[in-house]
Amino acid sequence: MPLVEVSGLTRSFGDTNALAGLDFEVERGTVLGMLGPNGAGKTTAVRILTTLLRPNAGTALIDGINVATEPRRIRTRIGLTGQYAAVDERLTARENLQLIGRFFRMNKADSRERAAELLAKFRLEEAGDRVVSGFSGGMRRRLDISMSLVARPIVLFLDEPTTGLDPRSRMEMWDLIDELTADGMTTLLTTQYLDEADRLADQILVIDHGRGIATGTADELKDRVGGARVSFDVGDAAPEAVLAGIGELRSALGEPFTADGAFVVPVRPGTTAPQVMRSLMSAGIDVVDFELQRPTLDDVFLTLTGRPAEEVVADE
Amino acid sequence: MNDSAPEAIADAPGGVVWALRDAANEATRHLRAVPRSPELLVFSALQPIMFVVLFRYVFGGSIEIPGMSYAQYLVPGIFAQTVLFGSAFTGVGIAEDMSKGFVDRLRSLPISPAAVLLGRTFSDLVRNILTFVIMLGVAFLVDFRFQGGLVRGLAATALLLAFSYSFSWIQALIGLSVKSVEAANSAGFIWMFPLTFVSSAFVQTDKMVSAFRWFAEINPFTIVTNASRALYSGTDPGDTVWQSLLWALGITVVFSTLSVRKFLATSN
Repeated sequence: MPLVEVSGLTRSFGDTNALAGLDFEVERGTVLGMLGPNGAGKTTAVRILTTLLRPNAGTALIDGINVATEPRRIRTRIGLTGQYAAVDERLTARENLQLIGRFFRMNKADSRERAAELLAKFRLEEAGDRVVSGFSGGMRRRLDISMSLVARPIVLFLDEPTTGLDPRSRMEMWDLIDELTADGMTTLLTTQYLDEADRLADQILVIDHGRGIATGTADELKDRVGGARVSFDVGDAAPEAVLAGIGELRSALGEPFTADGAFVVPVRPGTTAPQVMRSLMSAGIDVVDFELQRPTLDDVFLTLTGRPAEEVVADE
Repeated sequence: MNDSAPEAIADAPGGVVWALRDAANEATRHLRAVPRSPELLVFSALQPIMFVVLFRYVFGGSIEIPGMSYAQYLVPGIFAQTVLFGSAFTGVGIAEDMSKGFVDRLRSLPISPAAVLLGRTFSDLVRNILTFVIMLGVAFLVDFRFQGGLVRGLAATALLLAFSYSFSWIQALIGLSVKSVEAANSAGFIWMFPLTFVSSAFVQTDKMVSAFRWFAEINPFTIVTNASRALYSGTDPGDTVWQSLLWALGITVVFSTLSVRKFLATSN
């Protein structure tokens, strides 16, 4: 039985349908990546599953417990890390963690022990007794996630965990989430980035206007989108010469087209960009610029809906 | 249903005792911050101190109060205004927690929703008491005295604090209703100026223009100021003490109910 089962979830705010019949499941010990643009309904779904919002229709079960009718039982079983690092800046990291422990009815000794454990696990030991207002964005996020884990939840919700982080903190956050999920944590994460969902999720659910429009593994989705592309600038070389240069690789590539004066060729799985590069060079074509383009959220949307991902401003 | 659960999970116990413990934990969260930024306390006492000095030494010479020194008349009014302004901390603090997502975190925990607001208002009461102590020191410097004795002086102080506590619940509702910290700040303060100035806090009401006089005399702020002034000075407070308590109780009951409902319904 899946740990999280959602069916027909509907929620509107005024005239806006934030969720219009969302269905999905999350199996135990797996990561579901919910992928969609701003306003697609990701945060609304997370808020309903974490008891912060009631659905208008549909059901959401976590471990068989109905989220809408037994919110209190749900709250002892979940961990939530929202879009903003919800930490108390006036307290130390340790005090933040102990506070959550106390709220989960741990006694003083247990909450202290659990706080120390989490500080160590999240590499916050040294900073543990410093006031959080001096923390970097990455440290805040680490503390935020560790606060969600105090009571050992059975499912963790991460709502856009890397939004607003610099590239280095983003990588660190990915590693951290990897570690958690390697321990078997069932996780639902939302993201606007295909590469993030690709990197972290076992299953990806693409959502648009409050509805799931595709689901599958990252590879399955990328196959539908057409995978990566190479784009190269060949200066004055004639298109025929370029096609000839690609030569025997032609069959492993998609239909080439030109965009912004550059040749763009889709690459099918099994073919690598360096192979394309090599065949061009051995044909004597002067490659000025060469770039590997990975599919983005926009490509996914373009393929699935025939239009790019669009932001819906009114979320809630 | 539970046979596939990874381990048995005890549901968090509820009830009044746990709600009070949750409130105590929440209050501790805010009170820990007080000694870390003592300047906040000093600043909240600074404005009333300036008022004491201005009214006592600038306007005071032109204001005659029969049967009482102006300091003895003025200081209870400033006390009352200070603790009332202090209640605005509640709204601003809640708005801040909301904008930073901390309220969402709290609402996703298995705790009593009333506890969050109870802890907040209680910690602001404690903060108000600390401000009061600073004020009291300054008041003694300008020749204010507990003329009615220590017990009546403490009773007057408790009455003012109870009144400001009830206003914390009005501020809580404001903090939960606005969309930003700045809005909570403006919405929390603006109406308190007419409330505290069109009253008996600074001057006697009988020389005011009739419409203002009418408001000043029914103003609960006038009633609580008069009650505490009588207790501090050792004169007869008449009906004002129980009237003040009734106001405090009524405001607390109405606005705590509205605030808890608003808290539960936030973004629902």
